[in-house]
Parts: sequence; C-alpha cells; structure tokens
Amino acid sequence: MLCAGTGCVSNKSFKIKEALEKELREHNLENEVAIVMTGCIGFCAVGPLMTVLPDGIFYHSLTEEVIPNLVEEHFLKGRPVEKLMFVPPAEKEAIPKISDIDFFSRQSLIVLKNRGLIDPEKIDEYIARDGYKALAKALTQMTPEGIIKELKDSGLRGRGGAGFPTGLKWEFCRKSPGELKYIICNADEGDPGAFMDRSIVEADPHSVLEGMLIGARAIGASEGYIYIRAEYPLATKRLEIAIKQAKEYGLVGENIFGTDFSFNVHVKQGAGAFVCGEETSLIGSIEGRPPEPRQRPPFPAQAGLWGKPTNINNVETWANVPNIINRGAKWFSAIGTEKSKGTKVFSLVGKINNTGLVEVPMGITIREIVYNIGGGIPGGKKFKALQTGGPSGGCIPESLLDLPVDYERLTEAGSIMGSGGLIVMDEDTCVVDVAKYFLEFTNDESCGKCSACRDGSTALLEMLERICNGEGKQGDLELLGELSLAIKDASMCGLGQTLPNPVLSTLRYFKSEYEAHIRDKKCPAKVCKALIKFRIDEKKCVGCTVCAKNCPTTAITGEKKKPHNIDSGKCVKCGLCLEVCKFGAVIKE
Amino acid sequence: MAKINIEDLEKIAQRVKKTTLLREGAGKAKITVHMGTCGIAAGAREIMNALLAEFEKKNINDVILTSSGCAGLCSKEPMATVELKDQAPVMYVDLTAEKILKILSEHVLGGKIVKDYAFAKGGEKLY
Repeated sequence: MLCAGTGCVSNKSFKIKEALEKELREHNLENEVAIVMTGCIGFCAVGPLMTVLPDGIFYHSLTEEVIPNLVEEHFLKGRPVEKLMFVPPAEKEAIPKISDIDFFSRQSLIVLKNRGLIDPEKIDEYIARDGYKALAKALTQMTPEGIIKELKDSGLRGRGGAGFPTGLKWEFCRKSPGELKYIICNADEGDPGAFMDRSIVEADPHSVLEGMLIGARAIGASEGYIYIRAEYPLATKRLEIAIKQAKEYGLVGENIFGTDFSFNVHVKQGAGAFVCGEETSLIGSIEGRPPEPRQRPPFPAQAGLWGKPTNINNVETWANVPNIINRGAKWFSAIGTEKSKGTKVFSLVGKINNTGLVEVPMGITIREIVYNIGGGIPGGKKFKALQTGGPSGGCIPESLLDLPVDYERLTEAGSIMGSGGLIVMDEDTCVVDVAKYFLEFTNDESCGKCSACRDGSTALLEMLERICNGEGKQGDLELLGELSLAIKDASMCGLGQTLPNPVLSTLRYFKSEYEAHIRDKKCPAKVCKALIKFRIDEKKCVGCTVCAKNCPTTAITGEKKKPHNIDSGKCVKCGLCLEVCKFGAVIKE
Repeated sequence: MAKINIEDLEKIAQRVKKTTLLREGAGKAKITVHMGTCGIAAGAREIMNALLAEFEKKNINDVILTSSGCAGLCSKEPMATVELKDQAPVMYVDLTAEKILKILSEHVLGGKIVKDYAFAKGGEKLY
C-alpha cells in the first residue's frame, strides 16, 4: 500500500508507483503483488511511505532509485530490505485517521484535489500544486487538434447534467467556420440543493480558469465569459481575484507564456432565472436579451454568442481539463464505468448524517454513497429514496440501492445524473409533497414561451396541490401521467422537457403513496397538513401545560395536571406541541 | 507582479513551498481555517478573528495562519486543520472561538492534541 496523501504525492509517490509497476512486470510478479494507493497514514515526516501486507512491514523515505532493489529483495527473494524499514511509533493518542473514515477514504479527488490545502485568493499556492503546468504543456507541446483528441480519448462528458462528450463538442466548435469564437463557463447552478460548482469556484477558481484557457486554445477562441449566478457573492469575489492575479502574471491576456495564444475573460452575473442554466437562454442573457431559449439547430457550436461559434461547458467539466492534460486520457479513462469516465462531484444533502461535498468515481453504488460516505440516515430512520438531478430528475427507491451511479444507469431508472445534487429522503418524506415542491419551482421559473411548459406545469401543480389537500379524485393518476408525457414532448427546452420527471419518477416507484392520498385521503409520511391530525393521548398526558403555552393558535386547552385537548378546528398542524412534549403524549396521525 | 514564463512556474512553486510547507522550513506549525460559504455561515470568520487577535496579543510569528475553501464535510463546520512540523495534520470540527483558542494553546503551542475536539488526523487520498 502506497501512501497517496498530499505530502507523499509531492514527494513523488505516484512516480514510485510507476517504478514499482515496471519492476513487478519485469519480474513477472504483477499478478501476485497488488499495489493499492491509500490515504495519508500520518507519518508524513518520513514519506513517501509503503506498507507491505500481510507482512506488516513499513518502508519509508522511498525514492524511485531504491525500488528495483526493493522489488528484487523483498518480493522476489522474500528478504525485506532492512535499511528502508521503519517501525511506526506507538500511537500516543487514539484519534481516527482520515484514511479510516469512510466519508473521506471512499472519495477519489481529482477536481477537488486542492481542497482544504490552498488559499483560493493566492495564485501562487495554486501554482505550487502543479497549477498552470497543463496550460504550459498544452501551449508548447501539443497542437489544438492534439488537445481535442486527448479530451475525446479521455471520455469526459459534460458535468452540467446532459453528459455530452466534451471532446466532440469542442471539435464541432473548432470545425465551425469563422475567426471569432467564444467559450463560456456555465456557473449558473440553479438546482436547489446543489452547490458543487459554487464550492469549486470558491475553493479553486484557477482550476476552472486553466481549463478554459486550454479549451480556448483547442477551439480557437480568444474570448470567454463566466456566467455566474448573482446569488454566489463569495464565489464571484474569489473568481474576480483569481482573474486579476492571472492577468498580472500574463496568464490571461496577450501572448500567454510568450506564445501566439491570447485570451481574455469576463465575468457576467446572472439575475435570478433558473432557465439561464439552459445554454441558449444563458447566451441570450449575456447578450442583454430576455432569458428565453432559442430553437436548436443551430447549436451554439455553430452559432452561439452574437451568432458566433460558441462552446459552453459547466464549471466541473472545465475543472477536469487540466488534470486530463497533465496525467493523460489513459489515466482518466481508467476511472469510472465503460461509458461514464472519471469522477463526479456531488452535493450530498437532506436526511443524511454527513452532509457535504463528495467526489466519487463513476460506477460507485448509491448504497455506498448513502451509507458509507454519507454515514446513513439520522435518527436511525428508514431510507426512502435518493433524489438526483434536481427539478429535472427523479427519485431512486430503496430497491435500487445497488444501482451504480453513471449517466446511462440513472436515466434507465427514470432519473438523470444532473449537475450533481443528491437529496436523501427518509420515511418522514412525502414523495407527493416532493413532486409538488419541484413543480412549484419549475412552474415559477418557466420562461413562458411554450404553452406546454407554462400552462402544463400550472396544471400539474394544481393537480398535485389538490391531491395534497385531500381533494384528489379518480382519474388523477392517469391524467398526471398523460399530461407529463405531453409536456415533455411539446416543450422547446430542457426546463419544460424535464419538469415532469419528478412526477413520472414518483408515480413509477411510489404509486401506492399517491393512491393513499387520492383514495384514502391519507399521507403515509404524515407530511401533508390537510391529511394529518394532531391529538393528545390522554393516558400519557400529565397536564404540564407546556404544549398549550406554545400553541400559536390557542388550539390546546386543559387544566393543570389534567389531560389536555387539541381543537382540530383551530389547529394549524405546526407541530410545535409534538416538539415540546416531554411525555410523548402528542400523536400525529 | 510581472508576466511569467513557463520556467517561472517551478520557481514560484519552490518559493511558495518554503512559506507554506512546514517540512520546507516555513514554520513550526500551521493552522488552516476552512472558509467556504458553509464554514463562513457556521462562524469561521469569528474563529479566524479570534486567532488573529491571539496571534497579535501573544506575538506569535512562527506559526502559519491561513485559510482555504470548503473542506468537504460541510455538516461539521466550522472546521480547522492544525499541522505541527513532522506530524500528521489534525482536523478539528464543530469549532467555536473558545475551542480554537484552547487548541491554539494546548496543541499548537503546547504540542498536545485536544482529543475532544479532534475529528481525524492525516490527509485525504489523492487519485
């Protein structure tokens, strides 16, 4: 096991891995000795470190030069090399190691490789961790066509959600006729609950800039825009500082690194429209037009910003590029599944113990994300579903916990990868309420151009509201399904085409929950206020009066030390009484 | 700052490592306060300010105090990572100004990890 913590990596533990692999192959040992990269095991002062199991031997201060001898002596002849060995000191304090904590150890950091380690407002710290080396390589050792080939071979697909092959998209734009071309970074991140792009821009803005510079070189663009939503002031500030510092170093501007490549970039703030995450609306917004999608074809690669060939990519897609150039398409394509290469950054939120930002290899199962990395559901509650893809996505139920996360598998299951928001739901979440929540959002954000989206979403929302209010009727389920398909069919852009997904997905997996709402007028998760009732269990109530004192509508009455009563006519189902009762006497049913 | 050429990248890297990496002699200890939006919303600025004030009061000049973006485990913010020379970094979570000052005096200056506030030690695996 070779340590791949930051200390050892800066001391070339990856080069040692390559040397090891070479030596093992030469001695025909590659099938008998497995090399596993691990997290930092803590003895950084004597790195790079290697642990050999099952022998339990630690080697320290390794260099590439000692590897041939080490392989020959230890692995071939069975004689550990004493002068390289060390005995780890007895652990004085039993604090868990990060490499033992699933939340960290099961992640694979590529895009987030600088996390926690650099000050994003100091370009020098980015440079110290191999920053801008990929740009140097791209400009001086590669041709634009060569860069595009590398991207195509890597298998990188758009991380904004649609998953279009990035290299191919760049190629279309490069091949479009015209001298003036643009590249755009989509940092609009409109999905509720998603904060991957915000975190990347806040923590490592140069990774995005460097990716854009390399892309501009490959495509033949000399100008770029970063469209960032106005609700991200800190990210915008750090981005502007990064651009300023890059300009001072001449990394943005004329004749970068003394070559014939020039590139300038502008930051454009959004103005609160979810639809601007859609590429043609985004372009319209930069042009100063109202945010409405345009018919495609022509695609932006042919005619985009101000009619010129334009390539738009998501923040995370751009941030992957320097790593692919530095370490090669072969390295990148070895990670992930057959059709979904590399890693994906997810924001893990909702009913989960370890809320946070995770980067995992494509193909990891949902179970691993929720239970190992996420640490399971708080309060020991039961997992119900994982919502992926935001308002354009769907729910993955418990029966599919072992589904590997990749573009195709998620789509087959009725959801989408989306930009990376993962919302965990438990037994106390009502899926009809969730569908209603997403419809409220998309109905509000619809630009209004297509009747199917504008009026269709209003109709869907009204139906869902009726159902949650106990006014569902026979035929509603069929109508929800039919209407959803019609909206998908007749909407011009992705917003309309995907807004029915939460409805379709929840109907597919949780039909019985809808039926309970419509037929039985009951909400099994006890969420929909019109369908629940609060009452006090006389046997448990001791008459402490705390609930009555807290009730905002004076719906609770009773004498001290005598069982209290809730007047359901006045009760607004706020749930405060349930929260404050120390005797478990309040029942929600 | 003047325009740089490709050779300058390595020179900058070496120069910066001397001021940011303890094993290159940058200092005897390093405290990184994690300041993404999650950290700041949870109170990281107060933590940072408490440290800055204490550094000035005690005239500490051989300990690096810096910040980074989000460290990933947003639910446990505010967080800070403390690294002593020749030792593994230690990640502290759920911090307050009071806790970080205790960590400063006991761990950073005194050399003893504050177990009650520590979450884990070591660093993340790179791919």
